[in-house]
Amino acid sequence: MGLAKRRFDALIIGAGGAGLNAAIQLAGREARVAVVSKVFPTRSHTVAAQGGVNAALANVLPDNWHWHMFDTVKGSDYLGDQDAIEYMCREAIPTVYELEHNGVPFSRLDNGKIYQRAFGGQSQNFGGAQAARTCAAADRTGHAILHTLYQQNLRARTHFFDEYFAIDLIRDDDGAILGALVLEIETGEPLLIEAKATVLATGGCGQAFRTTSNAHINTGDGMAMALRAGVPLMDMEFYQFHPTGIAGKGMLITEGVRGEGGYLVNKDGERFMERYAPNAKDLASRDVVSRAIVTEVKEGRGCGPNGEHVLLKLDHLGEEIINKRLPGIRETGKIFAGVDAVREPLPVFPTAHYAMGGIPTDRFGRVLAPIGTGEEVVPGLYAAGECACVSVHGANRLGGNSLLDILVFGRAAGLDLMQHMESNHRPMSEAAVDKAMSRLERWDRKGDGISVRELRDEFRKCMEDHAGVFRTEEIMDEGVARLKALRDQLDDVRLQDHSRVFNTARIEALELENIMACGMAIAVSALHRRESRGAHSRPDYPSRDDANWMKHSLYLLDGDRAEYKPVQTRPLSVETFPPKERVY
Amino acid sequence: MQPAGGTSRQRLRWQCRRGMLELDYILEDYLEQHYPADTAELKAAFEALLQEQDPDLQAWLLQGQPAPSRYQAILRSLRAD
Repeated sequence: MGLAKRRFDALIIGAGGAGLNAAIQLAGREARVAVVSKVFPTRSHTVAAQGGVNAALANVLPDNWHWHMFDTVKGSDYLGDQDAIEYMCREAIPTVYELEHNGVPFSRLDNGKIYQRAFGGQSQNFGGAQAARTCAAADRTGHAILHTLYQQNLRARTHFFDEYFAIDLIRDDDGAILGALVLEIETGEPLLIEAKATVLATGGCGQAFRTTSNAHINTGDGMAMALRAGVPLMDMEFYQFHPTGIAGKGMLITEGVRGEGGYLVNKDGERFMERYAPNAKDLASRDVVSRAIVTEVKEGRGCGPNGEHVLLKLDHLGEEIINKRLPGIRETGKIFAGVDAVREPLPVFPTAHYAMGGIPTDRFGRVLAPIGTGEEVVPGLYAAGECACVSVHGANRLGGNSLLDILVFGRAAGLDLMQHMESNHRPMSEAAVDKAMSRLERWDRKGDGISVRELRDEFRKCMEDHAGVFRTEEIMDEGVARLKALRDQLDDVRLQDHSRVFNTARIEALELENIMACGMAIAVSALHRRESRGAHSRPDYPSRDDANWMKHSLYLLDGDRAEYKPVQTRPLSVETFPPKERVY
Repeated sequence: MQPAGGTSRQRLRWQCRRGMLELDYILEDYLEQHYPADTAELKAAFEALLQEQDPDLQAWLLQGQPAPSRYQAILRSLRAD
């Protein structure tokens, strides 16, 4: 039986905020749009974004997109591209209004305008007083946006392939992307989707780490597909960790716990943050607290049977305060750590939260790949959202800018790809289809071997130990060697279940390959960057080094190579913000 | 409702994949550890619960917000893990 094929004008892989906002731009045009999602669209990870979306609407306090731009450039530790950042901060305003018109129920002020709250890193007047820039739909912003965009897409007759897993992009000899090979999870049958333009909007890759706040779906599928299609990943060493996740699992414990007077202790009961940050103590910045926790564990002062975590003590706050001011903490502790926070401390460890890096794109969402000494647009390929790197977050992301990124650049990609709609489909490359099929058929090999779970657990642990928050040359050198050895073992993995219908083991195997590709990108990029900038912290190179390192990293799968490209320091219409020391 | 073994169980397993890590853990743990031996009523309630929206599941399971009475028993089982 031949391979089933479908043709669309546009193919969007991923149905979170970025993918759905790209798809909706094509509504009302004659375009045939397909959205492929491995889970039901409203179960995408965007749903976990509860904080809100930044836009300088000036509804609560004076504000200006230019101030928002300054904050974002500074927050990026001057690694963000200032053209893309200007575009995002200007577009934030119409983007939020468009969502409002589409029906997102933003929380409101008494005067009817959209309510905006203050968040860390937001300033008026280029580093002055606190700004209030974040628009939210109660504590369900991500869900409200996702739900609204999904309904709009249904109305626009976007064709949804729900519970289809994308295996690989199809790239012809000229380097153009012709669509993707996908797998219907229910039947286990492959399907070739041909498209004039393809958008990768598959989200982040937190599952590359053992302890992560990301959902199980965040396996870096789009990032890994891009790598296999010869596209590099950019700035992957910049990964945001939150200091307090439930140990071994990763659920976030809000900073509010320490804000209310909770503190961290090691196995000796010592308040160790006093040694690392004598003034700020437990309220020091995220990276300082994260590194302190890992140092305590590495030096043998960790708690638990294997000494693998520290404790977050809050029982002294009393039941009333915990119930009133920290709702949900008791449930989280009970369910995931078996601990009632009113009586006992919570076991915590830094948790991998957000990838600043990803598939390099320009501000139109077009994917870029190096050619000779420069770079070129990959014909027919776009990327948006956490899987992409425009780059607006640079070395660190501000709260409220991630939902903004996915919306603005999802929309930009959707608008730009319209230019392809009048063209014809390119001829299909049978060789590229065969290559993608062989990736799927590889999992039909029978016999004894390592299990997916075994290799995945080992890889994720190695990522945590060697490419997590504590990064020295020695630790990472060893880590990259070990990760490579683990990657070599992928060939020895065998599945026990070779059925077709709803074979989730096969999906998890395909996801493992993706996790490993993203993990290698993170580890190799981190090893090479000999400076500390934003979320990338090197105790052996503790300062930011603008002379040598104000450049983007590019990781290429072929030979695990690292290349570099300049930061775009010139904005579109305003003056450049030159690098300064980043103090808050 | 058909007893969920084999393929149906795999289908449910995929439906336990959510947008929030907390829900992934709670739902998958229940499916692996308790679902096979649970009563038909609880199984049916679990399958219905999987069709609900993630923020609702979060509110009922983790924020102590009131849930529809048809889910009380299954939510108790899920929380007990």
